Amino acid sequence: MNMHTTRANTEAETKLVDIYDRFATSLPGDDKVSAAREDAIAALKEFGLPTRRVEAWHYTDLRNLMRDAYEPAAKPEIAEAEKALDAYDWLSGIIRLPIVNGHYFPELVSEVPEAIIVSSLCEGESAFIDGSLEADNPINILNTAFATDGLSMIVDEGETVNETIGIANVFTGDKSAMASARNNIVVCDGASCAFSERHVGLNGLAYTTTSVTNLWLGVGAKARWVIVQEEGDLATHLGQLNVTLGENSELEIYMVNTGGKLVRREINVVVAGENSSLNIRGVNLAGNENHIDVTTVLEHNVPNTVSSQIYRNVATERGNGVFQGQIRVAQIAQKTDAAMACNTLLLSDDCGFSAKPELEIFADDVLCAHGATIADLEESHLFYLQARGIPENEARNLLIKAFLEEILDDMDDEKFAEALVCRIDAWLDARK
Amino acid sequence: MKMLEIKNLHARIVEDGTKILRGLNLSVKAGEVAAIMGPNGSGKSTLSYILAGKDDYEITEGSITYNGQNLLDMEIHERAAAGLFLAFQYPLEIPGVPTMNFLRTAMNSQRKFRGEKELTTPEFIKLVKAEAAKLKIDMNMLKRPLNVGFSGGEKKRAEILQMALLEPKLCILDETDSGLDIDALKVVSEGVNALRSPDRAVVVITHYQRLLDHIVPDSVHVLSKGQIIKSGDKSLALELEKKGYADIIEAAA
Repeated sequence: MNMHTTRANTEAETKLVDIYDRFATSLPGDDKVSAAREDAIAALKEFGLPTRRVEAWHYTDLRNLMRDAYEPAAKPEIAEAEKALDAYDWLSGIIRLPIVNGHYFPELVSEVPEAIIVSSLCEGESAFIDGSLEADNPINILNTAFATDGLSMIVDEGETVNETIGIANVFTGDKSAMASARNNIVVCDGASCAFSERHVGLNGLAYTTTSVTNLWLGVGAKARWVIVQEEGDLATHLGQLNVTLGENSELEIYMVNTGGKLVRREINVVVAGENSSLNIRGVNLAGNENHIDVTTVLEHNVPNTVSSQIYRNVATERGNGVFQGQIRVAQIAQKTDAAMACNTLLLSDDCGFSAKPELEIFADDVLCAHGATIADLEESHLFYLQARGIPENEARNLLIKAFLEEILDDMDDEKFAEALVCRIDAWLDARK
Repeated sequence: MKMLEIKNLHARIVEDGTKILRGLNLSVKAGEVAAIMGPNGSGKSTLSYILAGKDDYEITEGSITYNGQNLLDMEIHERAAAGLFLAFQYPLEIPGVPTMNFLRTAMNSQRKFRGEKELTTPEFIKLVKAEAAKLKIDMNMLKRPLNVGFSGGEKKRAEILQMALLEPKLCILDETDSGLDIDALKVVSEGVNALRSPDRAVVVITHYQRLLDHIVPDSVHVLSKGQIIKSGDKSLALELEKKGYADIIEAAA
């Protein structure tokens, strides 16, 4: 069968190409960047947006779900950007690096410790050229084609940064638009720090966010990366975190997805250094008619590494959730210890959840465990709480919160964990 | 005054229609400690679940009156707020819910339902500390998720702690002695005895006389095939221990 049969472009696909043609010359970057953008748009023309026939997008038919496309958002005035940032609560004591509508605002950055070197990605050389432009990577294709800015950051060798480094992505304005930022972050050998990547935006306005972050951990580096995705209720969010782990490095990723109408969050980790460890804890909440897809790919490429992933999901109303977890263990990666669990509560008749673990193991001396559960709340637990005088609704809420928030217990930043719990509580309370 | 009055109660399991209770009659007065004894499968646990309000059972006939109210009309949490407490034979492990958080939610839910003022944090902590000390419960245990990783004895003590804090009017102890060693049995029994009062009734469900050495009952009732077939004072329990259930069941048949 000829895979390249003529395919009619969808409205969104046609628009994306048209928008690119109109905006290409005004997008930042040197010749290499421009060439990369051309390649990306050529890939989009060739493959289109993925359908369910693309394996990695089987449960998120992007071509069908992404109905519209918007022009890259213009850089707002500083006053407007500041106002947009102020509209959201941010943790105090956090180093705030604002990206508003895909544009970095160095003027609005709070004080940055000397250990961190940060600049606009546009100032860096050939910053946009990386990542595959294959059919299954539309996030990188779109982001490469349309990225307007982002951060280039280095956390210096051996340094410890105590405050959380907060990448504050905000969407504002009264016009549908596309915000695309791209970040390249290096945590040098022996450095230790914590990041948060938060995405917030307005309700009632359709917009698209594409976000790609490339993160490198050097030898013995330690980092925590917290993703808090709270986009507006009509937003499309396409986010990707690509990580390379060096020898003896440790990374913890926490992710909370509460916002957006159409969401795909990808975490791709190349475990490239021996004795490195990775922990991922994710909470994904799908209500209304939202579609939230979390897809992770872990590549254990060297011996003696550990990874652990736990996802707790709630789907309710007409919400739909997806988890795809791929673990690849290369032939030389002996003594890999990889564990993955995905537990989901379905709370309404019209919601849905699909879970797909994929293990590709080529080494023979490894521990790989995976498990997925999809269930309603445990009746016996509900009865026990009610028998102590707790009304059914409250008992339900208590159990749902416990189920979700349990996996944040390990976070050693109590204040931050509490802030995440508040976000989860707010989402649940809005559903009563 | 009669606190609990069960008349001609017939009940079956909703799922498969199995008849469990077949015309059970029982009345318990305020201040009374009533023991219900019976062989496996006689309906002891079913009775305790029906009193608490578990919806796995269907009442086909009869009535339960609690302090003058129709108990069967009340929701599970309403029964608890009205003072009914079931100490579970197998207390549930509930991951992710810290015990302290649970205790506070339960106490304040009941207070709210009764129109009483909710406890402040210091008031609550003071109460828990005092009661936990009496039951030899380490406060660190209460920071852990409810019953998760507790030993059998710890779970039973945690049940009695809940009972002490919630100050119920009618306590139903479902095989509280199962899984307890002699020392734990003593601590738990002392906890129950401390709650004995003229305006509180206790229903002790048990297989064995052993628990009744520590919690001395005012009345003893033998349950067999879903009916109370014999009632008496504490000497009936001793007789059962000596002769076994078979004789009494035969004599009643």
